[in-house]
Amino acid sequence: MIELDARRLMCPMPVIKTQDIIKTLASGDNVRVTCTDPGVMQDIPAWCRINGHTVVSSEEIDHEFILTIEVGPN
Amino acid sequence: MAIQRKAVALISGGLDSLLAAKVMLEQGVHVEGINFYTGFCVEGHTHAIRKKDKVKPKRNNALWSAETLGIKLHIIDIIEEYKDVLINPKHGYGANMNPCLDCKIFMVGKAKEWADENGFDFIITGEVIGQRPMSQRKETMPVISAESGAEDRLLRPLCALNLPETLPEREGWVNRDELYGFSGRTRKPQMALAEKFGFDDYAQPAGGCCFLTDKSYSVKLTDLWASRGKRDYEIDDIMLLKVGRHIRPKPHFKLIVAREEGENNFLQGYRKQFITLRTMSHKGPLTLLDGTANDEDLELASKIVARFSQGRDADVVDVEVTENGVNKSFSVQPLKSDEIQEAWRV
Repeated sequence: MIELDARRLMCPMPVIKTQDIIKTLASGDNVRVTCTDPGVMQDIPAWCRINGHTVVSSEEIDHEFILTIEVGPN
Repeated sequence: MAIQRKAVALISGGLDSLLAAKVMLEQGVHVEGINFYTGFCVEGHTHAIRKKDKVKPKRNNALWSAETLGIKLHIIDIIEEYKDVLINPKHGYGANMNPCLDCKIFMVGKAKEWADENGFDFIITGEVIGQRPMSQRKETMPVISAESGAEDRLLRPLCALNLPETLPEREGWVNRDELYGFSGRTRKPQMALAEKFGFDDYAQPAGGCCFLTDKSYSVKLTDLWASRGKRDYEIDDIMLLKVGRHIRPKPHFKLIVAREEGENNFLQGYRKQFITLRTMSHKGPLTLLDGTANDEDLELASKIVARFSQGRDADVVDVEVTENGVNKSFSVQPLKSDEIQEAWRV
C-alpha cells in the first residue's frame, strides 16, 4: 500500500498529488490518500471515475478524509 | 481506415470549453481535457473554506465537465510558473490584476507542450471572439496562436468560422462545415447548443473563474506587494487573500479576521506561522497578524479584534496573543465602529 499525505492541501491540490503518484504506479496497485479538505470526498472519486481508477474505500476519521484507490489499467 | 486524430481541450469548467470539446467529440476526434491550477482559480478550495457555502452541492466543475463528456482530465499544477505571468505580463493587466492575454498564451503554450509529449495532434479551446474584453478579441486570437507556439494547431470550434482555417481543418481531421461562428458577449448561441447536446447543469460563474478578475481580491494583492516592498507571493499568501476581513492599521502589519466558523477553522491551520489573537472573555473570531508588531501594536490589534467579538459593547475584553508558542494577555476596550478607519480596510 502506497501512502500519500495530502493533509492541509486544498482541492484541487490533493487531486493533483493523487494523479501524479498514480502515474508512477502499476495497474492493481493501491494508494491510500489522507486529506483534510472535505472536498476530496467528491473530487477524488470524480477524478478516479473519469480516469479509470477505483475508489475501494472512503471514510472520515477525526476530521481527516481517507480514500483508498486501486489503480486501473493504464 | 482513417487515423483517429487526438485533441487536447483546455477545460475550465465553464460552458464554452465544455461545448468546444463536445463539438470535437461529435466529429469523432479523440479528446482529453487539460486543466491548469494557478492558485487563483475560483474552482475548488474556496468552496471548502466558508461554512455558508456548504449548503450548496460542492463539485469541481472541470471534473464535472470531463465526466459529462466522458473524457479523461489532466489537472496540472502551474503555481510556480504562473508567478512570472502575473508579475511580468507582457500584454499588461485587464480591469484588475488579471493578465488575461498572457495567461491564455501561457496556458495554450503549456497545452502545446503537453500535446507534443503525449502524441496529440492539436489543441482546442472554448474561446469566442468578443466574449472577453481583454483576451478574446479578433486581434488577440492570432497573437495567442503565435506567441503560444501552437500556431495553426490551435482550433476554436465555437468561433472557427470567423477565423482562418487551421491545420486540423485543412487536413480534413475535422469538418469546418460543422464548426461554429459565434461572436460577441451574448450567451444565447452557447445556451442553444448546450440544449441541443442535452447539457442542463453546467456552471455559470458570475465573476468568471479567476480571482484576479475580482476588484476586491486585486486590491488585497496590491496591498500585499506594497507592504512587502516586492511583487512576489507564495501559495499561502494567495490563499489567505481569499479569507476573512483584511485590516491594515499600520503599514507594517495587517490583521486577517475570520468572518465565520468555516474561516475560523481554515485560519487555525496557520496558527504556527503567524501571531494569532483570540478573545478570551467573549466569543470572537480567530485573527492572524501578518507582519511585525510591538506591544503598542498588539494592544491596538487587540482593540480591533475585540470590536469583532461578542464583547464589542463591553467595557473590557480580554485578548490572548500568541507568538511562537508564547502567550501574552491584553485587557482592552473594543474600538468603536467609527474608530475602525475606512482606510484600514483592505
